[in-house]
Amino acid sequence: MSFIPRINKVYPDIAFTNDEIRRYGRHLIMPEVTLEGQQKLKAARVIVIGTGGLGAPILAYLAAAGVGHIGVVDFDTVDISNLHRQIIHKTGNVGKPKTQSAVEMMKDINPTIEIKTYDTSFRSDNAFELIKDYDIVIDGTDNFPTRYLVNDACALLDKPNVYGSIFRFEGQATVFWASRGPCYRCLYPEPPEPGTVPSCAEGGVLGVLPGVVGTIQATEAVKLIIGQGDPLIGRLLLFDALKMKFKELKLRKDPKCPLCGTNKTITELIDYDQFCGVSPAQQKAVFIEEVEVEDVEAALDAGRIPSEIDLLDIREPFEAKIAQIPNSRLISLAEFSKRMHELDSAREIWLYCKDGARSGKAWKLLHDAGFRKIKNVAGGIDAWSEEIDPNTPRY
Amino acid sequence: MKVVFFAQSRQLAGCAEFDLPTDRDLTGPDFWARLIEIFPGLAPLQKTARLARHETYLDADETIHPHDEVAIIPPVSGG
Ligand SMILES: [Zn+2]
Repeated sequence: MSFIPRINKVYPDIAFTNDEIRRYGRHLIMPEVTLEGQQKLKAARVIVIGTGGLGAPILAYLAAAGVGHIGVVDFDTVDISNLHRQIIHKTGNVGKPKTQSAVEMMKDINPTIEIKTYDTSFRSDNAFELIKDYDIVIDGTDNFPTRYLVNDACALLDKPNVYGSIFRFEGQATVFWASRGPCYRCLYPEPPEPGTVPSCAEGGVLGVLPGVVGTIQATEAVKLIIGQGDPLIGRLLLFDALKMKFKELKLRKDPKCPLCGTNKTITELIDYDQFCGVSPAQQKAVFIEEVEVEDVEAALDAGRIPSEIDLLDIREPFEAKIAQIPNSRLISLAEFSKRMHELDSAREIWLYCKDGARSGKAWKLLHDAGFRKIKNVAGGIDAWSEEIDPNTPRY
Repeated sequence: MKVVFFAQSRQLAGCAEFDLPTDRDLTGPDFWARLIEIFPGLAPLQKTARLARHETYLDADETIHPHDEVAIIPPVSGG
């Protein structure tokens, strides 16, 4: 029995060509799959939100496995910095929409399946419309507001949400299905303060890491469809590539969960940017004073850096080895609280990082500590490379 | 008390594991206060990161014993 009731109703009518039988032969000979399991896969409708690091192996394996209807959602275009991990996109597709690039590869892998692309972001105003006709939703997104949105939309329409997320060398995977177990809000009721958890662009990620986690998500989707084994419902799998260890944690449904608990207060989709504190109005609450990279260049030319202004690089030492703005001093954000006392609040201090996000955080730490002559370099060393010195490598 | 750091807590603490010296039971808030004394950088995670003892998440009102192994598991969002 598939875990999806609709599939159980429709799969007996699914037929295969002789080519398809040969293609899926290694599935068909396993008693856990057989022709029936393959029929269920062909009958299944799965939508994958995001075609990034997680989406890449998910889409490739679902296509290869013969999932009959796959929805592909992404608003973005392929960037060269995606390619070290998003293996569904090829170098020749840089600049093209990610949905189009992903479909090219999926069709190459398996031309017999149906693929539908949605070249859009996943938002409160289109979430229900996008997922309502699918059996399973797979979350391959890359930010907290969208993760809460995927969770809520799935719980409200009672869809299984095959969840995975990554950070540097670590990953998490589980299946949230509110009618059968906990949801994402049971696990993390409070979103993190904006800016406290770096994205892949800001924190980096091992290229193969989403390959491991996305493949686990694809495995769980296939198991739900064919109805075999123990789904990851109510269990969070933690993967640590550096230690090469898996850890499993039991998740409990939170009776106080506002979405799936006994007293539900969330009954429709909300504004998730606001919920996570990343809406423009909230971000302006603390006004970070900024300078542009052109100002940094002028101050360097005039010698004001380093005579009057301390230019502070708050990235990690290994990033500084890739590239640095001249005359800057390195104090990484990780050490910032500990080493703040080394700074002179009477002097002017300009802060930069890769793109301005972490240095904005350091700016706030200094501001909270009473520093007032501080400025954040807008756009960080990325902007420096783009606007001032093209010889500075981008990473 | 053995503390195991995951994801961003590992980065902010600068180590993967740490032996928190204590000979008495700690409540969740006590635990965080002791930890933040040693690793001030962890403060922003207190609100969201979950604590787990052995294979189960801790509820806010559960106490932690000196010989427990506690994992700090912050949410991650990368994809
Ligand atoms: Zn819940």
